[in-house]
Amino acid sequence: MLLAFSEAARLIVGFDPELVAIVVLSLQVSLSAVVIATVVGLPIGAMLAVGRFPGRQAVIALLNGLMGLPPVVVGLLIYLLLSRAGPLGALGMLFTPAAMVIAQSVLIAPIVAALSRQVIEDAWREYEEQLRSLGASLFSAALTLLWDTRFSLVTVVLAGFGRAAAEVGAVMIVGGNIDGVTRVMTTTIALETSKGDLPLALGLGIILIGLVLVVNAAAHLVKETAQRRYG
Amino acid sequence: MAMTRKLLSIFAFLLAAASASAAWAADRFITVASTTSTEQSGLFKHLLPAFEKKTGIQVRVVAQGTGQALDMGKRGDADVVFVHDKVAEEKFVADGFGVKRFEVMYNDFVLVGPKNDPAKVTGGKDIVAAFKKIQSAQAPFASRGDKSGTHAAELRLWKAAGVDPAAGKGSWYRETGSGMGPTLNTASSMNAYAFTDRGTWLSFKNRGDLTIVVEGDQRLFNQYGVMLVNPAKHPHVKKDLGQAFVDWVISPEGQKAIADYKIGNDQLFFPNAKK
Amino acid sequence: MLPLVLDGVCFAAGGRAIIDRVSCEIGNGPRTVILGPNGAGKSVLMRLCHGLLQPTAGMITWNGRKNGRRPHDQAMVFQRPVMLRRSALANIIYGLKLAGVSRTECELRARDVLEVVGLAALADRPARVLSGGEQQRLALARAWALGPEVLFLDEPTANLDPNSTRDIESIISAIHATGTKIIMTTHNLGQARRLGDEILFLHDGRLVERALVGTFFAAPASAEAAQFIKGELPWQ
Repeated sequence: MLLAFSEAARLIVGFDPELVAIVVLSLQVSLSAVVIATVVGLPIGAMLAVGRFPGRQAVIALLNGLMGLPPVVVGLLIYLLLSRAGPLGALGMLFTPAAMVIAQSVLIAPIVAALSRQVIEDAWREYEEQLRSLGASLFSAALTLLWDTRFSLVTVVLAGFGRAAAEVGAVMIVGGNIDGVTRVMTTTIALETSKGDLPLALGLGIILIGLVLVVNAAAHLVKETAQRRYG
Repeated sequence: MAMTRKLLSIFAFLLAAASASAAWAADRFITVASTTSTEQSGLFKHLLPAFEKKTGIQVRVVAQGTGQALDMGKRGDADVVFVHDKVAEEKFVADGFGVKRFEVMYNDFVLVGPKNDPAKVTGGKDIVAAFKKIQSAQAPFASRGDKSGTHAAELRLWKAAGVDPAAGKGSWYRETGSGMGPTLNTASSMNAYAFTDRGTWLSFKNRGDLTIVVEGDQRLFNQYGVMLVNPAKHPHVKKDLGQAFVDWVISPEGQKAIADYKIGNDQLFFPNAKK
Repeated sequence: MLPLVLDGVCFAAGGRAIIDRVSCEIGNGPRTVILGPNGAGKSVLMRLCHGLLQPTAGMITWNGRKNGRRPHDQAMVFQRPVMLRRSALANIIYGLKLAGVSRTECELRARDVLEVVGLAALADRPARVLSGGEQQRLALARAWALGPEVLFLDEPTANLDPNSTRDIESIISAIHATGTKIIMTTHNLGQARRLGDEILFLHDGRLVERALVGTFFAAPASAEAAQFIKGELPWQ
């Protein structure tokens, strides 16, 4: 076991090209997914937070439920959509990084939407009377709140990124874990472990844990600094 | 704001790099549906660079069980299918999903088991007899149970031994429902017997107390076949690029590359394409 | 926009009548103070007048018209100031932008009004780290910068210490001096005396008495008002 750890350390420190390529692809996929999820999720969260319409509570409950979508089920659904035998087969997107980005976006958009809805609704409760007094429309108020809660929203986005970077079920199914093309940290760890080949798996595992810790530390730091400086 | 700009530019760079690499690869590549045992043996890592260098065609291998690989071909999600289940492959072609089946190479299956050998099968050359002994000793046996070529071969041997392994499900017969690697991992930690292809065994590093106990029986012969997915059924199939791969793999050059693949001093696969 | 006329205005919530058939006409000129004990319905009445709440019965008209209310010609300062996560200056500019003031004009006006309320030095400080008194001054500045015709204030100094209270009160008077109508609620007798020109006394959701400040305190006409002035707890 110790041998595996030292091998892993060697791969990391030596910037082993295969390891680096896998890490870079993982970041590309998860970062792209989180950007898409944010662009889609934040406006939905803001609209749900300030809007009032019949069925609103049901939509909120549904969104909260979607946060718990099992990644492997999302992978299966996107796979069925993108397969040549499926409705979007003509796009030929199955087993590409693009498919992985789509699957992860679908996975984390509800998280971004639901959590941002909570954050913005809490702020709306505090700001509503004042903003309405100043004559802000609902749309204008939503924009104002999005900016005002920016630090909490950064935390929400980081949470989404963490979830994307750590999941394996969705990207395994829609990506096919193709060597050099769709192999990311999590799928490589799964593969190498099943082969009984531990150094690469351990090396990637260390990097992945490190990444998750850094992301969480960043989120914490953002909240703390913002609280101190802006109140 | 400066921080946001920095992050945005990093992201833009990553996205550009991703699309650039995707664009480069976009045109000349084929998708090959193959099996986990073939991939995990390391054969493709050795074989494909030679093909890619020669033709400039990138080969993307999606490795699953034989059953899933054939399903992928049926759905049109792959251009070429490269598996090891003759009966299923012939049906694949007969049903119109594949153009023609070509034999490529063979390896063999082996029976591995714990060094202390509770069923007393070590050194035997008769796999069917060994299976019978394992069942009567109720010795733990880890099976893939996953619709793979290896699993199909294993079940045929149980049948030949007159044993119904399902009767032992939950006691001595353990189905892992997973690939060769995970099944070997399980066997290793449970000190159980397992039926595996030699290729995966040779590259498997987590052996624990397991070792080869039975090999060499003719019935352990494992034939690989390659087929182009039928463009008549799926017009988008890259038939020229896919055919180039099929042709190369059975060509003298491809066959030599297969024979050259060794782990240590052991050759894993034996080319046997019909000349 | 004035006069503001309330005609039989009621507001009920949770089965309770919080405002009960209030009718009055509030015109330009005097500083109007709505006085009453806690729970009398003063805050709700303010919100009804400002348009944040809709009456459940009765009618509110501005200058004779139901839609006579012009949002950007009124402003309200709440008991607890609500500031955005940006600088003090930016908070004022935010209000001005919403009112359609041009970019350059926004900053000029904002700096002017900060100067007047004595917060010029804190212009670039994040508004939410200012003290309670400073934030309330900022809220007043934000309202004043809009140049409203009517300024509503809902218990503006209830949470402040005496020094801050004094600052706020002098700013309110200064705003009134520039011609803005002041409509304010308070439960503090001294403040009502200092800042009010006329008193509307609210008791249990009803407008019980209305008088000029001198008359009200010297000779209250209603028993409830007399009780309140004497400092006795109402509705025994």
